[in-house]
Amino acid sequence: MEDIKLMKGNEAIAEGVIRAGCDGYFGYPITPQSEVLEYLMMARTEERTGMVVLQAESEIASIHMVYGGAACGKRVMTSSSSPGISLMQEGISFMAGTELPCLLLNVVRGGPGLGTIQPSQSDYFQAVKGGGHGDYKLIVLAPASVQEMYDFAKLGFDLAFKYRIQVMVLSDGAIGQMMEKVVLDEQIPRQTNEEIIKNYPWVTSGKTPDRERNIITSLDLDPVKQEKINIHLQEKFKKITENEVRFETLMCDDAEYLFVAYGSSARVCQKAIQLGRDKGLKVGLLRPITLFPFPYDEVARLAKQVKGILCVEMSAGQMIEDVRLGVNGVVKVGHFGRLGGIIPAPDEVLNVMEEIFIRENNYGRRTN
Amino acid sequence: MTEEIIIAGFGGQGVLSMGKILAYAGMMQNKEVSWMPSYGPEMRGGTANVTVILSDERISSPILNKFDTAIILNQQSLDKFESSVKKGGILIYDPSGITTHPTRTDINIYTVEAADEAAKQNFKKGFNMYILGAFLKLKPVIEPEFMRKGLEKSLPSRHHHLIPENEKAIERGKEILKAKYIIPTPLN
Repeated sequence: MEDIKLMKGNEAIAEGVIRAGCDGYFGYPITPQSEVLEYLMMARTEERTGMVVLQAESEIASIHMVYGGAACGKRVMTSSSSPGISLMQEGISFMAGTELPCLLLNVVRGGPGLGTIQPSQSDYFQAVKGGGHGDYKLIVLAPASVQEMYDFAKLGFDLAFKYRIQVMVLSDGAIGQMMEKVVLDEQIPRQTNEEIIKNYPWVTSGKTPDRERNIITSLDLDPVKQEKINIHLQEKFKKITENEVRFETLMCDDAEYLFVAYGSSARVCQKAIQLGRDKGLKVGLLRPITLFPFPYDEVARLAKQVKGILCVEMSAGQMIEDVRLGVNGVVKVGHFGRLGGIIPAPDEVLNVMEEIFIRENNYGRRTN
Repeated sequence: MTEEIIIAGFGGQGVLSMGKILAYAGMMQNKEVSWMPSYGPEMRGGTANVTVILSDERISSPILNKFDTAIILNQQSLDKFESSVKKGGILIYDPSGITTHPTRTDINIYTVEAADEAAKQNFKKGFNMYILGAFLKLKPVIEPEFMRKGLEKSLPSRHHHLIPENEKAIERGKEILKAKYIIPTPLN
């Protein structure tokens, strides 16, 4: 029988990582994602799969424990919310430099600073444009439902190991705290040490006489060598851009006006589409699922079809920069965002779309 | 069928758990469900509310500002959510402790004296079940057998012996529901 449960988003991703064969979780509690650690502790993972769950002394310690676990080829992860993710940036940059795979979860809350504990999407730049130093990218997955919180646990680990990259699930307080139905998969067994050594020849598993020493470091003082490392990283990001773009379109076939939104904003826009369609307005939604790599081509395709695009995000305008890159001036792009932890209402969002693009005499207002 | 519900009151009144029982029962009945709570400092002694959606279709936004039904358990929540009921929708509230009553004439308004009944039956913990019963009387979206399954799923097993008492409270809630204002049927 299908295994279906009602779960919070935070619980769903915790169950997801257990079932995806995660070896270790290291984290530090912070609202609105503390349920991840709580759930993993309650799930008695050491008995179920042998997975290590540890509350570290800080976020900085957590990310470096992840670094260590990943260097051994283990499926490891951490989770936090915005201020905690800021603390982790040094470790994330080091992992980017050493190409260590891991899963990171940011259940975003309003900022800057300690901000608020309510949902926000103001960490888009940090996640997508590189939160730490150096030329690097994370694969960024944006779940819009509790089911996706669950699904992206396995997907995240798979991508992380396929490309030796850090994968961030960029969620927010709303998706983390709400409960929906989740269809659960079978348990995937954790990899044995022998399997890890066989599958990932780069791991620091202890030198054997038949091979060179594996060294994991992000330091190379020779600029010629360092440039080679950088070029290799860029080639990897290019390959990811070519192969891993994910998005969903809703009611786009005949759409004249398009919402672009991710995560919980996309859910609000789905309702706005229903309200709009009830009024006879041809509105559709493009929902990027991967924020890096961003679905530029799909944005470009739809830009030629529609009369206006409204980017809806719970920030002052971050993803809109990528939307504009995709649109490339072909059609007007407007922005609507609520800040500080406020989630926009569906009729509010539709009203802005109408105000900017549809009602007479207001054409072009609020666009920039 | 899509039913969009807000349940609002004080933390500790069983607002979130009532929503959880509804969501579980809906899921057992093979509906799409979402349960979106207010979270954070207000839960620790202040107001608490939860949006529950039950639907036969994929649920769009779990976050709403208009509701088919508002279930209101204190004055602050009444002040806040009376205007959020859709035209022609339903507002159910417990009048105990309410000084400023709802005044809209384009929605149907019902009262359920759940706090009094819970005290009378010496089942104060079942307060939210009387309310839930009253709601189900008006909107029989969940069948009784699935209501039981919802209770089983959402209550920890050490409390399962209390399920019959909860079911009794749900039934009693259906009886003590009173219409306070009904939109007049237009004369043809």
